[in-house]
Amino acid sequence: MDLSYGPHYEAFREEVRSFLARHGKDAPRGEGLRSEKVLAWQRLLIEHGYAARTIPKAYGGFGAAPDILESRIIAEEFAAARVSPGLGGQGISMLVPTLLEVGTEAQKTTFIPPTIRGEMLWCQGYSEPGAGSDLAALRTSAVVDGDDFVVNGQKIWTSTAHLADWIFCLVRTEPEAPKHQGISFLLFPMSTLGIEVRPLVDMTGVANFNEVFFTDVHVPRGQIVGQRGEGWKVANTILGHERGSLGDPNATMARFNALLELMRRETVDGQRLIDNPLFRDRLAALQSRVLAMRLHDMRLLSNKVNDARAPLANLITKLQGTELRHELEGFAIDVLGELGLAYGDNPDKQDGGSWQTSYMYFLGLIIGGGTSQIQKNIISERGLGMPREPKLAK
Amino acid sequence: MRFGLSEDQTLLDATVRRLLADQAPLNAVRAYADGSDDHALWATLCELGLGGLLVPEDAGGLGLGVLDAAVIAEALGYHVTPAPFLGTAVLFPRALAAAGLSEDPTWQARLGAVLDGSLRVGVAFPQAGGQRSRDSVTASGESVSGTVTLALDDVANAYLVASGDGALWWVEASASGCAREAFETVDRSRRCCRLTLTDCSATLLSRDLGVLAELRAVAWVILAADSLGAGRAMLDKAVAYAGEREQFNRPIATFQAVKHMCAEMAAELEPCTALVWYAAHCQDHIRDEALTTAGHAKALLGDVGQFVAKTATEVHGGMGFTDLVGLHYWFKRIGFNRQAFGNPQRIRAELADLQGW
Repeated sequence: MDLSYGPHYEAFREEVRSFLARHGKDAPRGEGLRSEKVLAWQRLLIEHGYAARTIPKAYGGFGAAPDILESRIIAEEFAAARVSPGLGGQGISMLVPTLLEVGTEAQKTTFIPPTIRGEMLWCQGYSEPGAGSDLAALRTSAVVDGDDFVVNGQKIWTSTAHLADWIFCLVRTEPEAPKHQGISFLLFPMSTLGIEVRPLVDMTGVANFNEVFFTDVHVPRGQIVGQRGEGWKVANTILGHERGSLGDPNATMARFNALLELMRRETVDGQRLIDNPLFRDRLAALQSRVLAMRLHDMRLLSNKVNDARAPLANLITKLQGTELRHELEGFAIDVLGELGLAYGDNPDKQDGGSWQTSYMYFLGLIIGGGTSQIQKNIISERGLGMPREPKLAK
Repeated sequence: MRFGLSEDQTLLDATVRRLLADQAPLNAVRAYADGSDDHALWATLCELGLGGLLVPEDAGGLGLGVLDAAVIAEALGYHVTPAPFLGTAVLFPRALAAAGLSEDPTWQARLGAVLDGSLRVGVAFPQAGGQRSRDSVTASGESVSGTVTLALDDVANAYLVASGDGALWWVEASASGCAREAFETVDRSRRCCRLTLTDCSATLLSRDLGVLAELRAVAWVILAADSLGAGRAMLDKAVAYAGEREQFNRPIATFQAVKHMCAEMAAELEPCTALVWYAAHCQDHIRDEALTTAGHAKALLGDVGQFVAKTATEVHGGMGFTDLVGLHYWFKRIGFNRQAFGNPQRIRAELADLQGW
């Protein structure tokens, strides 16, 4: 057990801290994605290597060699300073790494630089009404017509579709092929004729998602990533990244501390919430689990750094992380009693109403990105080596 | 940076597990449960160095730490091995170190006798799981009197005894005024006794309340690690059984209901590994967090252990309920670990107080 990052990394941490001390005041706080403040901050971060750190210089990145601990230190320090760590989103987190793996040179030079600078926003067209957990059953079709694919169909759960400039989209190009082999990965502008975006209001009252309809949308044949029929493989080059990032244990620890603060502050019947022995027991039980997940995360980080394999350990993170967070948010509502119901513009709501909002939002995350039940299939099959369910005869 | 076991620890773990698989199969556990003793097995484990794991090197031991001990405890739990590990190999050397007696020649000689298994040390902390009116040990001069309902190890040569004022005593089992009778528990992989002390001569180890608190924290970590190992064994057995057992013309492992039970056990156990390792590490290296992390490990493994014990038994269906399969040895060991030295609710109440909530 060696918990120190070592002198090289502590020096690096100091560099990050001095950058934050010098420039932190210029960071955006709540400005829109298109604002000059956000774009300028993103450019500054790339210039210093705190965003697009490992993207090659040729594609507009900083060009550093990948280093897990350096990336971790940047994330830790920006979080500690409560300074925006730059832009994320599906273009930067999913498309760019995919293009780096399997894109053509022209695709890399065209799409990566504006994407990492935040000038080109993307949405992800994967899920469909009939293709959720069974994503490979997707039916949006792309038929060749001269130099174009012609796309028809519907996507759903498309976050930021109403803001995006472009979409990366899974479509069926080979309807006769087995379902995993008939899919292609296309890129096209959201301004293309025949695209309609309809907002989908979720239970928190916000339209985070959209439905996207395609009617005879023409996409030049060159705007495909990988070969025809290889779209499933292309999408899966990086799909694993998404799961691990949901339910961040450090964010959960921060919420636990906010909950602790809430329970010390609020009183019922003249007694602090935290003095109620039942609440106290549940809070300490939550703390055990939050601590275990944070330490589990350190173990995973260490495994990455030391190239140690622990497949089971990686697979449980999404399931446990999102369920734990949901439980924690729900417990805060419980301890608040009737006050926990306050919502919307109600001036009596606690902590900005975040307990109710997050309680619902994390239910969304339990379902999204592979439901808890799908996670359990994955854990049992890939982690424990249990057999798949036999397919039903058609 | 390395969050996890060193190469030496991994090697030690593999060696002990090989030996246990070979020398301590379930029928050996059954024999112990039916009344035979564990002396030969403990002697064999001592040949590997387990007795002297935490004994300082200048007293002939390996001079290792609580994380190493937790690794062993996990292996012992995995095999539900009867062994006087916690009292003899862990708490005794820790007690001497905490009391500043490790260098003392008399105690060094006793540490030497632990190495080959000839000295076994039991544990009698009546207040470890909460002070009961029937349990009280009072000290007067160099003698102690009172009852300890549950003391670990019914054949120990001596006991670490905590008196009601938090002082720690050494009591020889052969001393006049020391009587013990069997205290049967549900866990038959370990034997306990009721200790009745009547003006029994005792040697004071420490009056420092911190010493008892430290020993209790170390015991929490070891019991948590034992449950982690036992829980993993139950999960492994459930997965193996589900792969073999066929119903409706297919292995029950192909049913999602069964797979999800196994996935839930794995998902609950996996973060416990990190917590147990860290809590063990803290005992030697991060004193500020030693007590709280040990408490969290003990409390969480109490709950997760209970969940796994129930779920793995259910995966085995009716066979899980039988003595034939013997799964109940793990079920009961986990149950023992949950209650001994403080149940989860009690420990969480302490954790809340400790943190000034």
